[in-house]
Amino acid sequence: MGHAGGRETFNVLWLQSAGCGGCTMSLLCAESPSVVAMLEGFGIRILWHPALSEASGSEVLALLDRIAAGEIRLDALCVEGALLRGPNGTGLFHTFGGSGKPMIAWVQSLAARARYTVAIGSCAAFGGIAAAGPNSTEACGLQYEGATRGGLLGRDYRSQIGLPVINVAGCPTHPNWVTETLMSLALGQIGDQDLDALARPRMYADQIVHHGCTRNEYYEFKASAEKLSDIGCMMEHMGCKGTQAHGDCNTRLWNGEGSCTRGGYPCINCTAPSFEEPGHSFALTPKVAGIPIGLPIDMPKAWFVALASLSKAATPQRVKLNAVQDRAVIAPSIRGLEPKS
Amino acid sequence: MRSVTIGPFNRVEGDLEVHLDVDDGRVASARVNAPLYRGFEQILAGKSALDALVITPRICGICSVSQSMAAAYALRDAMGLVVPRNGELATNLILANENVADHFTHFYLFFMPDFARATYAERAWHSRIAERFRAISGTATAEIIPARSQFLHLMGTMAGKWPHTLTLQPGGSTRAIDAGERIRLLAVVGQFRRFMEHRLFGDDLERIVGLDSERALDDWRSEADPMSSDFRAFLHVADDLGLSAMGRATDRFMSYGSYPIDGKPTFARGLWDGERRELDPAAITEETSHSWMAGPTTPHSPFDGVTQPDMDRPGAYTWCKSPRVAGQVVEVGALARQVVDGHPLAVDLARRSGGNVRNRVVCRLLEAARVTLAMEEWLKALRAGEPYCSHGGFRGEMRGRGLSESARGSLGHWIDLRDGTIVNYQIVSPTTWNFSPRDAQGVPGALEQALVGLSVPADVEAAVGVQHVVRSFDPCMVCTVH
Repeated sequence: MGHAGGRETFNVLWLQSAGCGGCTMSLLCAESPSVVAMLEGFGIRILWHPALSEASGSEVLALLDRIAAGEIRLDALCVEGALLRGPNGTGLFHTFGGSGKPMIAWVQSLAARARYTVAIGSCAAFGGIAAAGPNSTEACGLQYEGATRGGLLGRDYRSQIGLPVINVAGCPTHPNWVTETLMSLALGQIGDQDLDALARPRMYADQIVHHGCTRNEYYEFKASAEKLSDIGCMMEHMGCKGTQAHGDCNTRLWNGEGSCTRGGYPCINCTAPSFEEPGHSFALTPKVAGIPIGLPIDMPKAWFVALASLSKAATPQRVKLNAVQDRAVIAPSIRGLEPKS
Repeated sequence: MRSVTIGPFNRVEGDLEVHLDVDDGRVASARVNAPLYRGFEQILAGKSALDALVITPRICGICSVSQSMAAAYALRDAMGLVVPRNGELATNLILANENVADHFTHFYLFFMPDFARATYAERAWHSRIAERFRAISGTATAEIIPARSQFLHLMGTMAGKWPHTLTLQPGGSTRAIDAGERIRLLAVVGQFRRFMEHRLFGDDLERIVGLDSERALDDWRSEADPMSSDFRAFLHVADDLGLSAMGRATDRFMSYGSYPIDGKPTFARGLWDGERRELDPAAITEETSHSWMAGPTTPHSPFDGVTQPDMDRPGAYTWCKSPRVAGQVVEVGALARQVVDGHPLAVDLARRSGGNVRNRVVCRLLEAARVTLAMEEWLKALRAGEPYCSHGGFRGEMRGRGLSESARGSLGHWIDLRDGTIVNYQIVSPTTWNFSPRDAQGVPGALEQALVGLSVPADVEAAVGVQHVVRSFDPCMVCTVH
């Protein structure tokens, strides 16, 4: 327990379980505020973070023992990466270096002390990429296995404050989803009503990736990309789930001015449980009788089919041609304001 | 003789522990364990070929693009695709952005904070180094995190996001860059270049890449106060602590070559053991004699590799396999790349004192300077209106090998396909090379060799030298075992 400028600090412990470290790498890209500005501005103290802290080896094990014993207040336990229960429930596919003890055992004992427990990324939330394929490692999330409640900590788990695990899902998470969650927690401003049905913070999960997509004109006219690198709408053929995926990726943007769809490839719905096993090749839209199986969220199928056929018939030539190029080859015409000579 | 286990290691990517046998104040032998297994090669089997581009970057959040690149090269090789020049340039830029950002992250966030430790409180430089490089609260952290974030804006524009992009494809890049974007990207790289020149080097990048010998490096260092730049500060500390006599491994280096232009790598492919030699990719093997893996213990091509966990294997002590080239241990990374490429400073350092803690760090920063300059040229070379991507298909039996270089060394993907479905996928990562366990002949891997002979205090767990040697390789454990 410490104090910053006379204030009580908000103590964060960050552990990396069976993940790729990408959510930490993403977090370091945070801007407005940067990670350092967040820590200083909100009195957040990192008890230990595997990529950032000085302490190593036995110093760390001693620190974790003290936290688990309740000698140091743990305000937020952040876990990045899936939890590996294999082989045969032993957790030995991942032992925490130097301790000989499975990571899942560390997480269980620390989660019992945490005021808030936060899953950083889709692996820690739902199992994520580690749970793909045969899942021979028995990977799961902290409180979910795919969309099923349970996971490592069990469906009834509540952190000390009485909340379920907060799922900052995404693969990786957007840096500001993490900074805004931690800042809100430091202010005590996240309750049940601020989490969606999958316990994701609603501040980003109440939007869909389609909002702000730069391909909207192509979507409206069903002018579709036929291959990756085409600038048309990627829903019809290229597997894009932007109209179904929860996240503010196209309004908040990534690394300055990016998003998956702006980078030229489909949204793969990485904030959702089991995104890693879509049941089809990621960049290929599954269809029945020529109609995509995954329709835009909240849209009745009959209306979608009717609107799609109507808008296809109305597609302007410019939009139709540009959709299958890697850049716009025809510019929008100027109407009514043509220069007069 | 005492046996000690050290871990967890932090400020490395992923999980690591090291077992040391210590005799008379020196490390007598070392065994390295990568204690996390996730099973990516099992996940990939049976998937559509192009799904490798979604799955493999998620092996690692710090080498994410490097994994994408190796997967794209392997699929390109399998399909026999030819990539348009813009596609080559764009993917080089994206890979370079990750590699340079990684070098930068390693130096400031992972490596230098160890010199701020109280262990060094008696050294004359300690208070100034600690103020600058202390973990999280040092003055450098607050400066470099925004500089790194802004540099990675190149990813936002060219790759959508970082990590885990799908822009890199077998045929090039999915993202054509328009004229306005190209100018903005030049500004992004230019801004990062100025940060490096003002804070990291305290000199023009051209001057740094022009240093051609250890003598020239020493003379350059003496031109100004040790704290006038972060690189000079490091060289000063390295000199005081004798880091050039610490952590020597095999002195046999390998690079797959990197950043192709018209198919020819900007940094050369090859081996170096005092002289530059050709690398025959067919001579690359893996074996599992000391790994918790079932399958053949004898060396075999990665094409014939099997990934099947077996925790009961006698003599095994890690999930990591043992890769070898023509039966020999090699070291990979920025030092290896620059030596194989023949950069005169790197070659002179390697000839005089081999692979060691100081030389690895010097070559990492030398490379960051070289690549940043190249990025400016590649951006200028993008041709408006020309394609960025070619496309192909899969038919029947196909086989491909993708050899790439991540910040921390040589990364290879070996892929076997049938009708567009993955039959076998094998990955050999940089730290699999550097942190390999012993092979069937009992020959230890590069780090295991580098730790032998290291002087350690009575409290072995507090041996900061072990930390320096381990981190000098810039290990990525999540890639090592995937």
